[in-house]
Parts: sequence; structure tokens; C-alpha cells
Amino acid sequence: MTSQGKFPVSRRGFVAGSSALAAGTLGFPAVLRAQPAAVKVGMIHPVTGFVAYNGQQSRLGGTMAVEDVNKAGGIKSMGGAKLEALLGDSQSKVEVGVSEVEKMNEQGVAAYIGCYQSPVGIAASQAAAKYNTPFLIDVGASDLLVSRGLKNVFRLKPGFGVCVDDGIASLGALNKAAGGVAKTAVIVHESGEFGTGTAKLLAGKLPSIDIQAKELIAHDNPTRNFDNIALRIRSLAPDIVMMSNYGNEYMLLARTLYQQKVNVAGFFSILGGGFNYKFVKEMPDVAQYMMDVNHWFNPRSAQAQALKKRVEDGGALFTFEVYLTYTNVMLLADSLERAGTADKEKLTAALASSTFKAELMPYGPTRFVNGQNQGGRPATMQALKGDIEVIAPAEFASAKAVFPKPKLN
Amino acid sequence: MPDPAILLAGVLNGLLAGGIYVLVAVGLTLIYGVLHIINFAHGSLLMLAMYAVFYLWRLLGIDPYAALPMVIAGSFAFGFVLYRLLIGRYNHGRDENILLITLGVSIVVDNAALLFFGGDTQTIDVTYAGSFVELGAAFLPLPKIISFAASLLLCLILGLYMAKSDTGKAIRALARERQGARLVGIDVDKLFAVSYGIGIACLGAAACLLMPSYYVTPSSGHAFVLVAFTIVVLGGMGSFVGAAVGGFIIGITESLGGLILGEQLGQIGISLIFILILLLKPTGLFGGAR
Repeated sequence: MTSQGKFPVSRRGFVAGSSALAAGTLGFPAVLRAQPAAVKVGMIHPVTGFVAYNGQQSRLGGTMAVEDVNKAGGIKSMGGAKLEALLGDSQSKVEVGVSEVEKMNEQGVAAYIGCYQSPVGIAASQAAAKYNTPFLIDVGASDLLVSRGLKNVFRLKPGFGVCVDDGIASLGALNKAAGGVAKTAVIVHESGEFGTGTAKLLAGKLPSIDIQAKELIAHDNPTRNFDNIALRIRSLAPDIVMMSNYGNEYMLLARTLYQQKVNVAGFFSILGGGFNYKFVKEMPDVAQYMMDVNHWFNPRSAQAQALKKRVEDGGALFTFEVYLTYTNVMLLADSLERAGTADKEKLTAALASSTFKAELMPYGPTRFVNGQNQGGRPATMQALKGDIEVIAPAEFASAKAVFPKPKLN
Repeated sequence: MPDPAILLAGVLNGLLAGGIYVLVAVGLTLIYGVLHIINFAHGSLLMLAMYAVFYLWRLLGIDPYAALPMVIAGSFAFGFVLYRLLIGRYNHGRDENILLITLGVSIVVDNAALLFFGGDTQTIDVTYAGSFVELGAAFLPLPKIISFAASLLLCLILGLYMAKSDTGKAIRALARERQGARLVGIDVDKLFAVSYGIGIACLGAAACLLMPSYYVTPSSGHAFVLVAFTIVVLGGMGSFVGAAVGGFIIGITESLGGLILGEQLGQIGISLIFILILLLKPTGLFGGAR
């Protein structure tokens, strides 16, 4: 059956239509051929599970960065190739993180960024090593991540070793200025690779600043109740309590210590997962005077302040996950630009020789040694009057530290 | 071994924690007693109730304790409707289907919560959060004391309701003999929905009592469910008194285990109780007396 009678076509119309068809069939393929293939970037984060919030924050930073790179014209040395984010959910589980690596490899991923949790990052980057695919650790504290001799793994941020060293230096300086009021500490840590590794390093290095670790208390994730830990701490009567745990447990522990009137000279955390703007604003009494050694943006960077405004205008918090993943996408884009190709070996070599300037971070020049950036440094912060102030290093400090903190009534 | 004063403080902490466990377990045991299924959606529905408490506080400024009647009523209605529209309608008369449906509900609710509420940790900061009662070595936070007392009172009210009211008697009859209850004219389908609703109302109450000292995320409800399962098995599946006694035993075991063996090994006590009760008295402490 035809419908010729219903759609009469004039000669002029036929010519116009034929021209358009010719342009469509002949012209567009030419345009399409001119578009370089997108560079696929695998972003693996725990967007569900017990650290879902942190994973979602990382994903937010990563997708914003991809958007910014593409808006700025993509990778110019590759003919303006766009970045394409492949989003993976590790579900806070090691095996799922690894399966995301395999899945993305089949989709032709050029590099991975992830994974927030150290155990997931360790296994996922190992899986990526089979394919020689570069793996950028955006968040992941364990130093095991970069000490296995894997050539494909790069970490821009400092690991817990550097954070502990800087934390010990900060605490030592504070304690010295306060006349050495702190002589003993109790360390409360989550029982995984991150918390246990950090706690062991701390316990070994505290004596160098004349503080003895009285006890290391491990807890699971999640922990329903910290009452007994608070009780144990009160019975040990340390001068300071040191913490190293993920967000929910950090917050619950802090609140329990406040409720149980644990009266010490200071609470000092290394990579405290819950130490952020939300915590200090929603629980200002609990957070007051708490200190944390953690990743922090450069408050003097106009680019960091502009990104902070964009993130906050969108209703999200400018947490370290956001700007660390954002910065890692920028590092990857910079390396692609220099390599001029997404070829894995050339991209790995470009990353290894990178001198990328991490504009958002208070870092020195990027220089990777065995995959670890030597310029990455944490900052020491303190919650003061419902806000977070940088108290060290001195060149970025926005306030003077209060230590020892006033005793509770 | 810790100092006796510390141990006593540990027992008190365990009792306070047990008070909340009791409410979660009572809801679970009631649903099991009547419907003969494990409600796999228990943790997810607890989380949903916790979000309700959080948003009532955040948006309307309603104190979690003042929200108790509202959240209990809302949770009952939610449970009743959920049973009527989904569980009761699609189980096709098979208990194992109910189990699968509640598992499905759990997955949907968890992911919907992540989608709508985000993964962020939400807390309620009440003015009395820092108040406490000093009892020997123990500093008992006021919110936990209130929660403990309220939990006991609610369990007592529920126990009386089940013992004295016509609906309570009908539910108990239904739990004992489903066919017999139907023969004497009890509207079995409606009572199933009512029982499920009461079980979820217990979660609503637990949510109000938890929020002043705990937090909510899309996965936070599950932290309490494993413990509630252990309590139900310990007390006897379907036994109210068993759930109450079991709740306190588990609370104290967890607390003392944490103090003596350390926080991680302390959880062994709960698992040991679970294994021992299955080996020595599989019907639970009060299972036979139902």
C-alpha cells in the first residue's frame, strides 16, 4: 500500500529535499569523522553502602571536573577529545570494586579514579594492573596502595604515613607551646586497614613528642554504641583522645564522648572521616575545639573558592572528597594533554613524569616517586565556634589553636 | 578484668541499650508470631521511621519524644497499608512468598532512601543531649534514660493491649491456630495487616527513642536488625516476654563483652548466645510458653 496521493511533492521541493538528503548522508559522516573518540575515565566509588555519602561526594567532584574539562574544549592535543565518565559503584565492598574494574576494562577505559576505601583501592588497582591501566587514587589513606611496586598506581594526596608525621609535628608543637600538658593518649580507631594502620603508626611515633599511648581501642563499622569506649577512656584518664575512623562512627564517638563528659586536654583525629562543615555546624557544642589532620583545600586559591561556591550553591558540602576527585580528573586531563594519546603506556609515563600544579590544594609541585606524590601535605584544622579553621601549616593558618581546651563543667 | 565500679557502669549502659533492642525485637517477634515469617524489611522500615523523626524535627521543629504518637500512628498506618496492598495481596497464601516480598520491600526502600534522602548522615541535636545522670562510675546520658523508660512503658502498654483487648486476644488466637481463628469468625486477613502494622509501629517508637542519640543513613536500620534476630531467637520466636528479657540479656552481654574483651571481641558474646540457645534450647527461653 502506498500513500502517494496524499503527499504531493513539487519539483522545487524535491530538489531541496534531495539536497538536504545529500548533505545528511555525505556531510554529517565527515563531521562525525572529525570528532575524536571520547576518552573513557572509570570512576569507582562507594555510592551505596555504609560510606555512600563519601562516595557520592567523590562522584560529584569527578563529574564536575569532567564537565569543566569538556567545556574548556576537551583534550586539545587529542583534537579536542572529550572525557567520558564511566560511573561505577563499589557498594563499599572489595569484590564489587574489582568487578567494576573488569566491567570498565571491557568498555575500553583509559584510566580509573577511585575508590575512597583503602581495601577497595588496593584490590581494584591490582586488578587494573593486569591491563596496565593507570589508576589514580583520589581518596585512600593506606600506604600499601603505593608500596606494592605497581607502575600503574598514582596518588596525589598524602597517605596516612605523611598525615601521621604531620599530625605528630602539629601536636608536638601545640603541646610544647602549652607546657607539655599532654603526656598520655588513648587512640580509638576503626578496625580496617585505614584505622588500624594509622593507629599503629601513631602509637609508634607519639613517644617522639613525649606522649605515651595508653591503649589502642578498635571498633567495627558500623558501631551502634560507644558508651563502653567512653567508659574505658574515662577509666584510663588520658590527657588526649586520638581518633581515626570513618564519618558515621567519628560523629557518634564524638557525640558520646561529649555526652559522657570525657574531660581531656584535646581531641585530635588523623583523617577523621566526620570532621566537616556539616558536623561543626550541626553539632557546634560537640565539635568545639576538636582538631583534625586532614586533606583541605587551599583557602587562598581563587579557583578553590569558586568551586566551593559552585558546590555549595548546588546544595552540597565542599568536603575533601569533592575537591580531591576533582583535582585527580584535572591531573589525568593534564597527563592526557601531554601524552597526546590515551595509549596506556604513554599515559602512565606522562603521569609518572607529571609536574601538574594542583591549584585547589595547598600542595607543593607534583612529583611522583613510586606512584606517591611527594608534594602532598595535609592541614591541621580545629572546630571553633561552629566553623573550621586551619591552624597549621602556618602559611595557610586562618586561626590560632586553642590547646588545651577548656575543661567541661 | 575492669574495676567493679566500671563493670557496674557497663551493666547500666547495657540495660539502656537493651531497652531500645527490646522495642525492635518486640515488633519482629510479633510479626513472626502471627505471620510465621521473618520480616526482612524490618531494618529498612526502621530506617524509614528514623527519617520521619528526623524530618519532623528538621522541618517542623517537633522534638523526637513529642513525635512519638505521630510516628507510632504513621508507622502503624504504613505497615497496615503495606500489608494490605502488597504483602497480603501478592503472597498467594504462601509464607515463603511473604518472606520474598519483605526482602524486595527492603531493597526498594533502601535504594529509594538513598535516592531521595542521599547518603549523608543525619542527626538530631536536642538541647538536652548533653544532660546526664551520674551514678557511681557511670554517666548516663539523659536521652538514653528517657528512651529506656519510654521503651519499657510502651512494651507494658503493648503487653496489656495484647492481653486485655479483643483485638489483642484475637491476634493471640490467630498466632496459636490460624485455621481455628478463621472458624470462630476472626477476620484473619485484617488481623494479619493489624499485626504487621503493630510490628512496624514498634519500629516507629524505636526510631523516636533512638534519634536523640543515634544517626540515620539509608543503611543505619540494619545495624539493629541482626541483634533483634538474636534476641527473638534467644527469647523464643513469637514470645513477647522472651523479646523483653532477651533484649536486656543481649544489651548487657554486648556491654560487658566490650568492656572485658574489647569492642570487637565483645560482639562474640552475642554470637555465642545465639549458638548456645540453638544447641541447648532451640525454642528459646520462653518459646514453649507461647
